[in-house]
Amino acid sequence: MKIKAIYVLWIRQLKRYLRSRVRIIGSLAQPVLFLVALGFGFGPIFQKAGGGNYLDFIAPGIIAMAILFTSVFTGIEMIWDRQFGFLKETLVAPISRLDIMIGRTLGGATVAVMQGIAVFILSIIFGFRPANIFSIPLAIVFMALIAIIFTAFGTAIASQLEDMQGFQFISNFIIMPLFFLSGALFPLQGLPNTVVMIAKFNPLAYGVDGLRGALINQVHFGLGTDLIVLSVIAVVFLVIGSYSFSKIQL
Amino acid sequence: MVKNNGKKSNGNKNDGNKNNGIIINVSNLTRDFNGFRAVDNISFSIKKGEIFGFLGPNGAGKSTTIKMLTTLLLPTKGSIIMNGHSPITQPDKVRKTFGIVFQDPSLDDELTAYENMEFHGILYDVPSNVLKSRIEQLLKMVELWDRKIELVKHFSGGMKRRLEIARGLLHHPLILFLDEPTLGLDPQTRNHIWNYIKELNKKEGITVFFTTHYMDEAERIADRIAIIDHGKIIAQGTSDELKKKTKTSFLEDAFISLTGKDIREEEASTLDMLRMHRRMFKR
Repeated sequence: MKIKAIYVLWIRQLKRYLRSRVRIIGSLAQPVLFLVALGFGFGPIFQKAGGGNYLDFIAPGIIAMAILFTSVFTGIEMIWDRQFGFLKETLVAPISRLDIMIGRTLGGATVAVMQGIAVFILSIIFGFRPANIFSIPLAIVFMALIAIIFTAFGTAIASQLEDMQGFQFISNFIIMPLFFLSGALFPLQGLPNTVVMIAKFNPLAYGVDGLRGALINQVHFGLGTDLIVLSVIAVVFLVIGSYSFSKIQL
Repeated sequence: MVKNNGKKSNGNKNDGNKNNGIIINVSNLTRDFNGFRAVDNISFSIKKGEIFGFLGPNGAGKSTTIKMLTTLLLPTKGSIIMNGHSPITQPDKVRKTFGIVFQDPSLDDELTAYENMEFHGILYDVPSNVLKSRIEQLLKMVELWDRKIELVKHFSGGMKRRLEIARGLLHHPLILFLDEPTLGLDPQTRNHIWNYIKELNKKEGITVFFTTHYMDEAERIADRIAIIDHGKIIAQGTSDELKKKTKTSFLEDAFISLTGKDIREEEASTLDMLRMHRRMFKR
């Protein structure tokens, strides 16, 4: 394992991200819209139904959403590298495919976590109140796990695609269902069994649950379960990602 | 690390290769793309420290061959041994032995010229004490030193090309692949670059494998030349040998004689005839 190579791949992602202000602001717009429209729109109904403060309930879900979208996108961004040729530069380099995968994933994940923290701060401005300030570090651990899983996922998908044309398909058929069936917007308690079953196989559901547990003390699966499941999936996706990455031919 | 290996094996000629100094050995290499045979059963070998020119018309299979040698593409058939390892079964080991300047762009547009160089240097383990001075030397050579902190996306095509070459020369590998390195560059820059490469070749014994469209370049630089057409190697030898063989006095004529007339006559398609006529008109 070459730490320097991982570092340089990581810093590259960060530099690219920090230089594209439009992208930073653009990708904050959607989560904020969801937070404001749904948070204030459904708030009174949720309250009446005895669910408590809806804004507090969905804020962790919206943070997870921002991380999901950013990380899948930074993973899939590899397609640009392929089209602009930069991918060749990394592919012929004398470093293991796993190192490339780790470096890229950590870079993308860092970007996604930064985006998640930005949404977290914005949600506080809009009135979200975390129950326990001391568990914010734990929340960041969950953010990082979600980010790693979905960056690796995005990279694995990008290794299979030649261009951005498949992106719409993936967005509509994988990313949106993952988000809507994760319990980010509504509690999983009392839902039809099928929906709950699907959520059980959705990595994001554990991420949302962990975030919610850390930020507002409300859990469905349990914090320990969330941590274990997410960690295992992160490793599995990293391995799958680097395997499919190593199969790329130009 | 890569560099040290290179130096060690220079001092000791028998290091790493048992076949009297052969560093690249290609035999019966074939690559098909959906029924189209881009590279057809080619064999050649290159000695350590040699400058090898790989010439051929557009679409002859040059880049496909380079891709297979540099682990980017798996061959359909045949074997390759580079410095004792196979790019097919031991890609990681082979990647430690070569450097490449690609024909098409492979820079990161969102990084500066300097950052692109630095990224490459770190990825290839160039020792940090030589990295800075070498980046400076190379960027000065390609006249980009005073624009080093500009983002590459603001560069012109020629500037990108120059940066690409500078980057490829940053780590001193055992084998250097150059795919049309000087295409589209002005004669002065071409000269600078070739002088640098020649010096690298002399000083560090780096083996150079290059393709080019400029016959004068090939004639002046290459120790040995292989001409590929329709995926097949149709002639190999020194520039003098090729000229003698075709009874011509310039490599350019030898090339045309080899690819344009003699070889194609047997199975000349209309397209080939057209190409031939076009060539004749140009001259």
